[in-house]
Amino acid sequence: MPAPVLRHPTLHWLQRNLFSSWLNTFLTLLGVLLLWQLLPPAFEWAVVNATFAGSDSDSCKYIDEHGEKVDAPGACWTFIKIRWPQFLFGLWYTRNFDQAWRPVLAFILALAIITMLMLPIITPKRRYHIAVWALLLYPFMAYALLNGAWLGLPEAKTADWGGLTLTLVLASLGIIAAFPMGVCLALARRSRMPIVKTYAVLWIEMFRGMPLITLLFIASVMLPYFFPAGTEIDKVVRAIIAITIFQSAYTAEAIRGGMSAVPRGQYEAAEALGFGFWKSTLLITLPQALKISIPAIVNSFIQLFKDTSLVLIIGLLELLNVIQVAARSSQWKGYEAEGYIFAATLFFVFCYSMSLYSRGLEQRLDTSLAARRAQQD
Amino acid sequence: MNTATGNGNAEPIITIKGLNKWYGAHHVLQDIDLTVSPGEKIVVCGPSGSGKSTLIRCINRLESHQQGTIVVDGTELTEDLKSIDEVRQDVGMVFQHFNLFPHLTILDNLTLAPIWVRKTPKAEATEEAMHYLERVKIPEQASKYPGQLSGGQQQRVAIARALCMNPKIMLFDEPTSALDPEMISEVLDVMVELAHDGMTMLVVTHEMGFASQVADCVVFMDEGKIIECSEPGKVDAFFKEPRNERTKKFFGQILHHI
Repeated sequence: MPAPVLRHPTLHWLQRNLFSSWLNTFLTLLGVLLLWQLLPPAFEWAVVNATFAGSDSDSCKYIDEHGEKVDAPGACWTFIKIRWPQFLFGLWYTRNFDQAWRPVLAFILALAIITMLMLPIITPKRRYHIAVWALLLYPFMAYALLNGAWLGLPEAKTADWGGLTLTLVLASLGIIAAFPMGVCLALARRSRMPIVKTYAVLWIEMFRGMPLITLLFIASVMLPYFFPAGTEIDKVVRAIIAITIFQSAYTAEAIRGGMSAVPRGQYEAAEALGFGFWKSTLLITLPQALKISIPAIVNSFIQLFKDTSLVLIIGLLELLNVIQVAARSSQWKGYEAEGYIFAATLFFVFCYSMSLYSRGLEQRLDTSLAARRAQQD
Repeated sequence: MNTATGNGNAEPIITIKGLNKWYGAHHVLQDIDLTVSPGEKIVVCGPSGSGKSTLIRCINRLESHQQGTIVVDGTELTEDLKSIDEVRQDVGMVFQHFNLFPHLTILDNLTLAPIWVRKTPKAEATEEAMHYLERVKIPEQASKYPGQLSGGQQQRVAIARALCMNPKIMLFDEPTSALDPEMISEVLDVMVELAHDGMTMLVVTHEMGFASQVADCVVFMDEGKIIECSEPGKVDAFFKEPRNERTKKFFGQILHHI
């Protein structure tokens, strides 16, 4: 027997979801009221009264009846329009704007790799090959592109990198380097060997119990002591070391959570079939643990992505900091809001993409979901 | 206590002598002696907490023992990891909750150990896996994931997975007690066939129909001790007239339901 057809599906939906009870009706009306209060003024500020034209801050001002320069009532997007190269690529690439194709190409390459990993037509085995090769080769390719100094490309030293480019470099290297470390630390912490376990616990608890900003300070002040006198350690490298150490502790705990969630029977079945520790871990328990910990791992990655702004304290200007500096210049004083909204939007785009990617990955790896789908067919 | 019957005077494949095991202060296995000949089928039964699962889990060292000796196919089980791995490759195990690897397809579940532990070439391992899937009557499920199969199918896959390692001994730890009633027989049928093919089997189960059909010997355990064993070839008589009071009471309770 087919399901009975509702006469007014829309009305039915509205009644069931928005006005099902007094409380629900009240909350619906409250929500509508809030939007009514917030959206129109925001829209007026950001679009209706906003300035897009011009090439300096005077375009966003007008002379009032007393003959004084006054800020226009809307947003001044001219600021972003004029300064965006600096926000995306940093100061050096803005000055040498003909070279800006280098970070752009590096970014497109990364996107291409990620897209390939997501395409359903690519078999899991090939996907695995792509991932391994990309992890091995991409960092060098990106470095060669960004740094230059070969084939006649002018050199852009790491200290000259900035803006979104630097944010992406710090976050992606931190994530890529911290992941294998996190796996090893998680395994070490579950180890039965007391020394290995103790070291892992110390490492994890120490760096997890420290704010990233402290670690960045330590990296910038103390790292030189660990190297021979006179060795100059690149600022970006210092930041990456600090970020990786910090992130490894969080990744380790996320993965350890996953390992504990794998049922005991899985370990026993692997043992009973004669698998040794390494094979059973790599083939059976770790893949399941990683799948379980995807949300936790991605959560920590997103946190890291945003935390990269803290590198300001060792004098690196990533996306947020470069915007802040620009908004404090005499030219653009008073237009922080526009800059922050721009920064927030970019951060959101990247973090939300990571979140979507992880959700897709979870669904693809969920074999019980595959089961449900198959039953529907 | 010698229970050898199956192949007459053949060398025993499992010899357990004076086995004792404690969990903390709890004495779970007490002075267990058991000998199993090649091809023999032994059913172990007893109330829950009697140590029957622990006993068979000692045979592939999922549990370690503190006293006594266990020799499996000439290898004594000790702390030595190498001897443990050797024994485990020859001893297949089927669990109450199947314990299939949920992230792998059925076929990969079957070929994983032959490929990575036995170093069998992939093509050969696949061929053998399909052979065993046919034997447990579900070759059409090869590319599915465990979560897509019913409990009875999963348990049959688990049996096939153990068989793919060509074990000399198969251990079954309550293989049907997590199954819905209508799925029990499909698993027992597979086990009966396996028994007829001459596999050495140790089965912890309360399926008395299965026991009287295939068992050479039924062992009754309680409170960590072997209370009574059936006489060679007289399993049915053992169910009807056990000598020990506790055995009588236990069989009275479970046979009552059949």
